[in-house]
Amino acid sequence: MAHADAHAMHPETNTGIDNRKLAIWTFIGSECLFFASLISTYLVYKGKSLVGPFPKDIFEIPLVTFGTALLLFSSLFVVLALNGAERGKRGQMLGWLFMTILCGVFFAGMQVYEFTHFVHKGLTLQGNLFGATFFTLTGFHGTHVTLGVVWLATVFIEALRGRVTPEKAINLEIAALYWHFVDVVWIVIFPVVYLMN
Amino acid sequence: MDHRSARWRRAAGWVVVALLVVVLAGCAPAESFRQSTLNPKGDLARDIDHLFRITLYAAIGVFVLVEGALLFVLFKFRGRPDDPEPKQVHGNTTVEIIWTAIPALILAFIAVPTVRTIFDTYRVPKGPEVLQVEVIGHQWWWEFRYPQYGLTTANELHVPVGRPVALKMVTQDVLHSFWVPQFAGKRDVFQQRPTVLWFRAEEAGLYPGQCAEFCGIQHGRMAFQVQAEAPAEFDAYVARLKASGAPAPAPAATASAGGVTTASLGAQQGGPRAPAADTTPAAPAVDPLVAQGQQLFLAKGCIGCHSTDATKPMGIGPNLAGVGRRAYIAAGWLKNDDAGLTHWIREPQTVKTGVLMPNLGVTEDEAKALVAYLRTR
Amino acid sequence: MATSVLDHAPAAHAEKSGLWSWLTTVDHKKIGIMYGASAFLFFLIGGIEALLIRVQLAKPDNNFLSPELYNQLFTMHGTSMIFLAVMPLSAMYFNFFIPLHIGARDVAFPRLNAFSLWVFILGGLFLNASFLFGAAPNGGWFGYANLSSKQYSPGLNMDFWVIGLQVLGVASLAAGVNFFVTILNLRAPGMSLMRMPMFVWMSFITQVLVLLSFPVITVALILLMFDRLFGTHFYVPSGGGDPLFWQHLFWVFGHPEVYILILPSFGIISEILPVFSRKPLFGYAAMVFSGCFIAFLGFGVWSHHMFATGMGPVADTVFSLMTMLIAIPTGVKIFNWLGTTWGGSLQFRTPFYFAMGFIAMFIMGGLSGVMHSTAPADLQQTDSYFVVAHFHYVLFGGAIFALTAGAYYWWPKMFGRLLDEGLGKLHFWLMLIGFNLTFFPMHIVGLHGMPRRVYTYPAGLGFEAMNQLETVGAFVLALSILVFMVNVAKTWAAPATAPADPWNGATLEWAIPSPPPEYNFAEIPAVHGRDAYWEMKRGGAPALRQYTGPGEHIHLPNPSFWPLLAAVGVLAVFVALMLHDRTGPLGIVAAVSLLFLSIYNWAFEPAH
Repeated sequence: MAHADAHAMHPETNTGIDNRKLAIWTFIGSECLFFASLISTYLVYKGKSLVGPFPKDIFEIPLVTFGTALLLFSSLFVVLALNGAERGKRGQMLGWLFMTILCGVFFAGMQVYEFTHFVHKGLTLQGNLFGATFFTLTGFHGTHVTLGVVWLATVFIEALRGRVTPEKAINLEIAALYWHFVDVVWIVIFPVVYLMN
Repeated sequence: MDHRSARWRRAAGWVVVALLVVVLAGCAPAESFRQSTLNPKGDLARDIDHLFRITLYAAIGVFVLVEGALLFVLFKFRGRPDDPEPKQVHGNTTVEIIWTAIPALILAFIAVPTVRTIFDTYRVPKGPEVLQVEVIGHQWWWEFRYPQYGLTTANELHVPVGRPVALKMVTQDVLHSFWVPQFAGKRDVFQQRPTVLWFRAEEAGLYPGQCAEFCGIQHGRMAFQVQAEAPAEFDAYVARLKASGAPAPAPAATASAGGVTTASLGAQQGGPRAPAADTTPAAPAVDPLVAQGQQLFLAKGCIGCHSTDATKPMGIGPNLAGVGRRAYIAAGWLKNDDAGLTHWIREPQTVKTGVLMPNLGVTEDEAKALVAYLRTR
Repeated sequence: MATSVLDHAPAAHAEKSGLWSWLTTVDHKKIGIMYGASAFLFFLIGGIEALLIRVQLAKPDNNFLSPELYNQLFTMHGTSMIFLAVMPLSAMYFNFFIPLHIGARDVAFPRLNAFSLWVFILGGLFLNASFLFGAAPNGGWFGYANLSSKQYSPGLNMDFWVIGLQVLGVASLAAGVNFFVTILNLRAPGMSLMRMPMFVWMSFITQVLVLLSFPVITVALILLMFDRLFGTHFYVPSGGGDPLFWQHLFWVFGHPEVYILILPSFGIISEILPVFSRKPLFGYAAMVFSGCFIAFLGFGVWSHHMFATGMGPVADTVFSLMTMLIAIPTGVKIFNWLGTTWGGSLQFRTPFYFAMGFIAMFIMGGLSGVMHSTAPADLQQTDSYFVVAHFHYVLFGGAIFALTAGAYYWWPKMFGRLLDEGLGKLHFWLMLIGFNLTFFPMHIVGLHGMPRRVYTYPAGLGFEAMNQLETVGAFVLALSILVFMVNVAKTWAAPATAPADPWNGATLEWAIPSPPPEYNFAEIPAVHGRDAYWEMKRGGAPALRQYTGPGEHIHLPNPSFWPLLAAVGVLAVFVALMLHDRTGPLGIVAAVSLLFLSIYNWAFEPAH
C-alpha cells in the first residue's frame, strides 16, 4: 500500500490506468465468476432441501435489510473518503473512512449474529442443501467483507500516520474499488437469497 | 545439404510405413473385435455408425488435403540461409475468406445428419411390444430387471432378436455408464435421475459390454454380456427364471440342466435379509453334492447378499437365478466354467480386489459343492 | 522510504547466483527458468507414470500394477500433465518472453510473479507428496462426483487432489492478473495491441481464460472440499445433492482449460514459422480474431463432455453445433500457418521441424475433435481410447511439440547456448515416431470398444496388438525425451557463446544479448510496426542502444523473501484445513497468521 512513490517512477502505462488499479479491476472481473458460480449453486439447489429448516422458517428480513442499507451507505462513505484523500482534506478522509469501516464491522457483526441465530434454529452446513448453499454463499461474501474491513483499516492507520497524501490516494482508491465490488455482490445476493422466496 | 534432405525423406518414409502398419493392423476382420463400435448389430448403433462414417470420410479428406499441402510446402519451399529474402506477403483477404468458408460448408454438411441422429437417439420406442428393462449399476456389477415379467437378473442381459428394448437406468452408488458398443452408444447412470437408452438386436449372439464411466477401484472389471436370442429361446429363458421362484415342486430332477431342483430355497427368502438360520431344510436334492452346496450356500452366508430367486430382487449382490448358465462370472470377467467359478467363489478379493464379497475361506471341496449347487440354479 | 535511482544501479544487483538469490528473485527471467525447470521435473514424473501405465496395459490381464496403484497413476498422470507440466511450461515462456516481446523491463508485479511461482511449486510438490503416504489421488483428473465423496473415496487421496488443485488455482489466478496487466500496461511506446507479437496475443487471451474459468473450478473444488471435510451434501445424492452439478461446474472450467493449454502453443508456433520462413505471419488480424473467437466459444461448449449423460436432444444439438463452430477459427489458424510458410525460404532448423510437426499432428487432433462434436458418434467415442488418442494429439502432438519447438527456438536466448542441431533432429524424429506409435493405435482400439481408465482388459476382444504397439511407442517417446536431456547436458558443458540473434529473429528479444541482462533493455525500444526487430534491422525503426558500461543506472525491483513465505502461508492454510480434525483450529490460526504476516511485510517493504 505504501509505495506510490516507487510507482511514480514507472513510465506511463499504455492504458493510462495505474497498474494496481487495473489489477484490481481484473481481479474483480475474476471474482464475478467466483460469486456467479456460488450464486448458481444456491439457485440450482433452491427448493431441493430434503428436510428443514427452510428459508421461510428462518429469515429475518428487517435485520438483513438494515445490514444491506449499512453496506450501501458505506459505499457512499468510501467515495467521500476518497474525495477527501484526493483533495488533501485529511479530516474528511479520516472521518468518512472511519464511517465506512464502522458500517463494514456492523455488517459483519450482523452476519455473525445471523449465523449464530440460524444455527440455534437448526440450520447447519450439514443439515440440508439450503443450509449448505446459504452458509457457503453468504459466508464467502462475509469473508470478503471482513478482508475489506481489514484492508480499509490498514489504509486508515496509514492515513492516521499521514501516509495517504493526495499523490498516494491510489492506495485508498484500490481498496475502495474492492469495497464497492463487495457491496455490489451483496446487492445481488440480498434479493436472490432473501427476497425471492 | 543433399544427404540431409535424403535422410529426411527416408525418415518420412518410415513414418508413413509405420502408420500404414498400424492402420492395416486396425483393419483385421471385424469378428476378432467383439466389442467394436465399427461392427454394429443393432439399429441405434447402426445409425451412429452411419453418422460416424460421414465424419470419418470428411475428416480423412481434409486430412489428406492439408497434410498434402504441408508436405508440398516442405519440399517446394526449402530454402538456404543465403537465399534472397522471399516476397513479404502479409495476407490475402480472398484466400482467407475462402478457407474460412470451406470448413463452414463441410461442417454444415455434417451438421444435418448429426441433428437428425441426435433426435433419433432420444426416440425411445414405446408400446406393449417393447421389452422394458430396468438397469441398476452397482460397484462393480450390473443388475437387470424385467418389470413386465417381474424378474431380476445380473451381469447377463437376455434380449430377443428383433424386439425393441427400452432401458431405464439408475445407479445404486456412484456414476457408471452402460455401454454395449455393438447395440448403442454409452449412457451414464445416476442415482435420482433415471436415464434412458434403447436398441434392437439384429442378430443372435453374445455381445460384450462394459462400464464406461470411471467408478472406482474395479472399474476395469465391470463388464457384462448381452445375450441376444431368438424369441422362442428368450421365452424359455423367461420361463426358467420364473421357475426359480416357483413353490417347491416334486423333488424329481428335471431334464434341463438349469432345471429347478432346489426351488424351495427361493420360497424361503421372505425378505432381503432373511437369516440363514431360520431356513428350514430344503427339499432333498438328487445329488448329495448339490445338497451339500445348498447347505453351504446358507452356512457360508452367501444367502445374505445373493438371492437365487429371479422373482425376489435383493440388490446387495447379483441375483444368482440362472447363474449356472451364464457365460461369465464376476461381472463378465471369468469364464463361467467350473475352474472359473471355483476361483471366484474361493478368492473374490484376488480376482477383483475391493469388491463387497469377502474371501470366505471356502475350501476346495466346499467350492466344488457350491459350484455343483450353483450349476443347478 | 523514498529510494533514489542511484541506490539501485545494476551494481547493486551484481550478486546473481546462490540459492538465496533464486529464492528471493523477482526477475521475470529467473522466475521463468524456475517455472521451466520445475515443470520439466513434473513432466518427467508424469511421463514415468505414463510408462508404468503402458507397461501394465502391454498385455491383457496383467498384474504389473495393482488396480489401486493404477488408478492413482492415471489420476496423477492427467493432473500432473495438465496442471504441473503443460500450464507451467507455458508459464515459463510467458514469464521469460512476454516482457521481452513487449519491450518491458519486467512484469507489472514482480513480487506477485514470484508468489505465483512458489505457490505453483509448493502445490505441485504437495500433490506429489501424496505418493509418500501411499495416498495419491485416485478419482481421475476430472474427480467426478459422487465417486469423489468421502463415502466412496475415504482416505486422504482425494483430499490431496482437492486441496492441491485449489493451491495451483491460486498460482494461476495471480499469474493471470499479473500478465493481463503487464500486457495491457507495459508495452513499449509504439507497440499498439495490433502490433504485438502473436505469442503475446495468444498469451493475453490465455490469461483472460484463466481469469474467467479458474474461479469456477475453485467454487467446484470448495464445494467438494466442504463435502469431504465438513459433511455437506453438495454432490451427495442421499442429501439431495446432484453429482451432475459437479460435471457442469467442472467442464465450464474444463473446456476453457483446454484452450488455456493450447493457445500459448499457437502463439509459439506463430512466432517460429515466420522466422524460419523468413516471411511475416500470414493474416495477422485473422489470427488474432480467430484466437479470440476460439476463447469465446470455449465457454459455450462445456456440455459436449457430457453427451452421454443424456441431456436431451435440444441441448445435445446446441452443444454439437457450437462445438463444430470451433473448427472454423481453428482451421483458419492452420491455413494461415501454412500460408506463412507458402512461398517462404524455409530454414530447416530444429525449431522449424517441431513447429511443422505440431501442425501435422494438431490437424489429427482437430479432426478427431470434429468427429466427436457430433453427439451421437460421441456416445460411442466418449470415455473410450478414441478420446484418449484425440486429446493426446491435441496436448502432446499439439502443446508438447510446440513447447519443445519453443525450447529449441529460445534456448539460446534463455541460456546463451544453442542446442545441438543433430541431437535436436534425432529428438524430433524419435518423438514423432514414438508419439504416433503410442497414440495412433488408440484411435483404433477405442473405436473397437476399449474404454478408458481401465487397469486391464480381457484377452479376446482384439485389444492386444494395438496395446503392445502403444507400449513400444511410449518407450520410443521416452527415449526422445532422453535425447533432449542429453542435448541439454551436452550444451551445458559448452561455453555460452550463442549470438544475440541466431535465427534472424523478428521480435525484440533478439535485439538484446543472449542471455539478456537483468534489466533487459538498456533503452526502452521504440516500435514502428509489427515484427519490431525486423523493422529495426531493415532500418524502418531506430536500432537499440545497448548497455554501455557500469555507469548505467537502471531502476530494478528489490529481491524479496515475502512472496515465498506468503506462498508457504497459502499452502499452510489449505493443509491446516485438510488436517483440521487433527490439528484443531490452532493449525488454521497459525497458518492464516503466517499468510497475513507475509502479505503485510510484502505490502510494506520497499518495492524498489
